[in-house]
Amino acid sequence: MSRETVTTRYDRAFERLRQRGEGAFIPFLMLGDPDLATSARLLRAAVEGGADAIEVGIPFSDPIADGPTVQAAAVRALEAGVRPSDCIELLARFRAEAPEVPIGILTYANLVKHRDLAGFYASAAAAGVDSVLVADVPVKESDPYVAAARAVGVAPVLIAPLNASEATLQRLAERCDAYTYCVTRKGVTGADEQLRLGHGALFETLRRFGAPPAILGFGISKPEHVRDALAAGAFGVVSGSAVVQRVSANVGDPEAAARAVASFVREMKAATAR
Amino acid sequence: MQQSGRFGAFGGAYVPEILVPALEQLERAYLEARGDPSFAAEFDGLLTTYAGRPTPLTLCRNLTGDPRVKLYLKREDLLHGGAHKTNQALGQGLLARRMGKRRLIAETGAGQHGVATAMIGALLGMPTRIYMGAKDVERQRLNVFRMRLMGAEVVPVTSGSQTLKDALNEALRYWTESYEDTHYLIGTVAGPHPFPTIVRDFQWVIGREARAQILQAEGRLPDAVVACVGGGSNAMGIFSEFIPDKDVALVGVEPAGHGLSTDKHGATLLKGRPGVLHGSETYILQDEQGQVAETHSVSAGLDYPGVGPEHAHLMTSGRATYVAATDDEALDAFQRLSRSEGIIPAFESAHAIAHALKMVAEAAQAGREAVLVVNLSGRGDKDMEQAQRLLDPGRST
Repeated sequence: MSRETVTTRYDRAFERLRQRGEGAFIPFLMLGDPDLATSARLLRAAVEGGADAIEVGIPFSDPIADGPTVQAAAVRALEAGVRPSDCIELLARFRAEAPEVPIGILTYANLVKHRDLAGFYASAAAAGVDSVLVADVPVKESDPYVAAARAVGVAPVLIAPLNASEATLQRLAERCDAYTYCVTRKGVTGADEQLRLGHGALFETLRRFGAPPAILGFGISKPEHVRDALAAGAFGVVSGSAVVQRVSANVGDPEAAARAVASFVREMKAATAR
Repeated sequence: MQQSGRFGAFGGAYVPEILVPALEQLERAYLEARGDPSFAAEFDGLLTTYAGRPTPLTLCRNLTGDPRVKLYLKREDLLHGGAHKTNQALGQGLLARRMGKRRLIAETGAGQHGVATAMIGALLGMPTRIYMGAKDVERQRLNVFRMRLMGAEVVPVTSGSQTLKDALNEALRYWTESYEDTHYLIGTVAGPHPFPTIVRDFQWVIGREARAQILQAEGRLPDAVVACVGGGSNAMGIFSEFIPDKDVALVGVEPAGHGLSTDKHGATLLKGRPGVLHGSETYILQDEQGQVAETHSVSAGLDYPGVGPEHAHLMTSGRATYVAATDDEALDAFQRLSRSEGIIPAFESAHAIAHALKMVAEAAQAGREAVLVVNLSGRGDKDMEQAQRLLDPGRST
């Protein structure tokens, strides 16, 4: 597969960060958690806090890559009746308010496939989504997903764990655009007390194969994690469960949730200065 | 991986990337083991001396009421542990030990697979943890007790619908952090490649025995082989050997629960659509938004919204036919087999009996000769409490 050289919002955002000597901070929010109106407010809060990009989840009934915190957020959204099409509409409205912030979707194959791949990626592209990561599609199953994404100008993002073989990383580098999602550890999503980072060889292999910038996720919940990740060679970090915890702690008070999210993003973003 | 893991358009390995090396290791180990006579010798030996194979093929003496219509039962209910699950738990247990894994995890619905895994864990001296939906823990208290008696840790899963699919999610999650020293002993022909192939191959022994036994008993192949389908391992086990015999109808019976026109059923192939669940591209019961549906069956072992990908292929290619039996039909068959033959089937198997009885009635009415083989995948002991509640509510305590 050949990578097309289309300049995306990610490229522009990452270039600005490089010029400023900063790493990327990307918060994760579950769309529709706890309801669509609050979710719209939280997306704005993430931007107010200084997010360099935003990763959003489309809630799925069987999220095998997620730990209890993110799964609980999906359950809240599903219980509120939130549908994938509502999520895409929410993103389209948000895109109108925030024309430049890169937005990436993280979801599961069954939702992407459920009508047809082309239809899902086309609707994401029309809403102004920049990337899609399908958590249960590994590199070896990714070709149809990558092709459908690239056909409409959406960046396919793939996950590079520490145990991936060199052959897998090479195939990943050919198929992954915008950024490479590197995971800190084994297991599912969830906030950790301490990170264990030994990613030098992984980052080096990814660079050698020309993979897009490494963004580190899973367990990132404190400013010191951000500093450690950047020091270990990551270009940026994603923080999911820690953000979602701030939403779940403020269910029923959207403004308090927005303040908590904005202030967490601000605190984490401040740690991205190198 | 060396094999595509596809059955037509179905199958594959849809898992977080971190599990791919674990699946590749499993595939390598399996292909090596398959070519190693010492592995086959130990597996076959334990099937005979520990599990009690071969299981008999029993002709029903009273159930059909018509001497021209013969109904045979492949007696997996007589296997050690009380169900066909023992076959493949033994195979995977030996494979896990061969790979140097120290612990086993599994998920279970009715509890039969959990019991089988607990047995093999005890036999091989491997600590075993069983994930089970909290609702199923309640429905299948006897099996939970059995598992604990054999030293397994039973973990009730309270997320989602608290049934088999959620237990599977939880086991997969745990495996993503434990795969280095832990084997995930998936219980049916579902899940990511290579599980559907491995489980089918270890269950194939049912079909090999059944084919030889019916040839000996009748001097010919049966008109149809009938088996219940939840995930579909007992059905794949008996179907596989007959797939090349084009004149033998293969009939899978799904749980119709309260009826296929309601949303309380588990008829994945009949009412589902292609999708991706628990590592496989297969038929899935899902809503119009792509969310996986909660299912219903009187039988916890069939209460699953997915199905093995090879069944999806057998259906779409036309080689096998899939039908459904309701809770009531299964309960009726459960009682009829018990009364007429003195054999109490598992609720799962009662679904296959229920449909076979329809086929018997049709053949009898048409004055046709017929030979049917039903895979009696398990015995009903585990369902006694529930059966008593449903059939004799006045006397239950």
